[in-house]
Amino acid sequence: MNRLLWALHDGHVIALRNVILIKRVPEVLVGVLISPIMFVLLFAYVFGGSIDTGGVNYREFLIAGIFAQTVVFGATFTGAGLAQDVQKGIIDRFRSLPMARSAVLVGRTASDVIYNVLAVAVMSLSGLMVGWRIRSSLLDALGGFLLLLVFAYAFSWVMAYVGLLVPKPEVVNNASFIVIFPATFIANTFVPSENLPGVLRTIAEWNPVSSVTQAARVAFGNTSPLAPTPDVWALQHPVAYTLLWVVVLLVVFVPLSVRQFQRAALR
Amino acid sequence: MDVAVRAEGLVKRYGDVTALDHLDLEVPTGGILGLLGPNGAGKTTAVRILTTLLVPDAGNVVVAGHDVLADPDAVRARIGLSGQYAAVDQDLTGRENLVMIGRLCRLGHAGARRRADELLERFDLVDAADRPVKGYSGGMRRRLDLAGALVAAPPVLFLDEPTTGLDPRSRLGMWDVIRELTSGGTTLLLTTQYLEEADQLARDVLVIDHGRAIARGTPDGLKAMVGGERIEIVVNDRGRVADCATLLAGFTDEAVRTDAQTGMVSASVTGGAATLGRVIDALAGASIEVGEVGLRRATLDEVFLTLTGAPAEPDDAQAVGA
Repeated sequence: MNRLLWALHDGHVIALRNVILIKRVPEVLVGVLISPIMFVLLFAYVFGGSIDTGGVNYREFLIAGIFAQTVVFGATFTGAGLAQDVQKGIIDRFRSLPMARSAVLVGRTASDVIYNVLAVAVMSLSGLMVGWRIRSSLLDALGGFLLLLVFAYAFSWVMAYVGLLVPKPEVVNNASFIVIFPATFIANTFVPSENLPGVLRTIAEWNPVSSVTQAARVAFGNTSPLAPTPDVWALQHPVAYTLLWVVVLLVVFVPLSVRQFQRAALR
Repeated sequence: MDVAVRAEGLVKRYGDVTALDHLDLEVPTGGILGLLGPNGAGKTTAVRILTTLLVPDAGNVVVAGHDVLADPDAVRARIGLSGQYAAVDQDLTGRENLVMIGRLCRLGHAGARRRADELLERFDLVDAADRPVKGYSGGMRRRLDLAGALVAAPPVLFLDEPTTGLDPRSRLGMWDVIRELTSGGTTLLLTTQYLEEADQLARDVLVIDHGRAIARGTPDGLKAMVGGERIEIVVNDRGRVADCATLLAGFTDEAVRTDAQTGMVSASVTGGAATLGRVIDALAGASIEVGEVGLRRATLDEVFLTLTGAPAEPDDAQAVGA
């Protein structure tokens, strides 16, 4: 227990350091905030007219998908940030201190939540401007946002692992596109999953990005009887299914990443 | 505990390259060991193993009473490391760096702030304390890095090439700081490429090349091994080179070297500057006009020439030599 508390303490200290870095190098933040606005506008105006959602307002359908995609993409920053951390001389200092081995990872994943909170806030505003509305209660909507952030946090550990596997920060972006693009597009994020052919449809239905998107749609009241939810357990119980993935991702990738961090820093 | 650092039979290989080849070393508590060697000799590898950053392929290491491999955290709580590449965060200020390290050393928030203030004062960084490290000079960065290594007031300190890349003035400043530290009883292991630096700071010197110890002793002992100090005289009138050689022979037991072409006459001597003074007087007395007279210490190159029979190899030539 004592060990765990110290690990949280050390992670907190590193997270505070990362927050200072966000303030001091705000260019990264600008990138984080502009891309979701672009996505909202692009999909709302470019694809909006051409995608058949079965009579449902596409922009309402879309926003939860964009949210999910953006917070999952946010994990790329975790991977790139860690790859950068490992290359810096400061890592040797950290490793020569009697601090928790997990601290750099815990701190990085925690401070990256800030990016996602800001990104969600900016997206919500741009969504409201293109006609998206929350049609449920504020509490439900907050639950939806929270689930998005929790899922993104768990997924950031996947990218942390990827970031530590590849040797250079520049490579992390490429590597993460290979993981994230299919994960966010073979899903119900931008088109209803029943529009997809055969195998892709099955993948989309069981893709956790679909379930978190579906959960957010329900939370925001953006579902419609005109487009019934597919009769798949994952999408019928999107919150439970998403949380299950959160637990699995954390259980698998936290120890894996901590071990890989040790190894990467040993080089 | 009378031995602060003891390493036995350290071996580290990177593929075909053997970075450390059964290296033994020992630093008594309160002692100062200089690890001397050219680039690629294995100095940094040795320090990384001693400071828990690297696991050796073979060998035992005990630092501050704890086994580095079995109990790295206990070792980490008792050591400070300042590396060749300053391990500070460029985007943080000097103060933020030190406070962060203090908190990670579990000094508590207030304790970490207090310690940061003390160290900033001591290392003459108060004026720059609240500026990002990015804008610091090389010397300031090294001082901050050393301050970082001292946050937890560790009894054993490792400095990996603390002055490499610094200008002469910063180097002298760094030496003063290190001397002050060791006078307080801190055990120090420092690596350097410069015999002069080992001479200035270390009580014992271990010369390594290709990961092997090739000589150990005091700085004076090592210098004696390579002929100590030499007096070098350049005679203006080439016709008097022989006279000068005869004169200089009176001050040394060893052979006098002459070069009729350049007018250079040299011999190894003992007694340093005092001997030099007497030689100059004698030259004046004999009316031998000289262009240059000087006392030159043995260089690392000469140590290597003597000890290995080969000049110190530059880093990139090592693969060919191995």
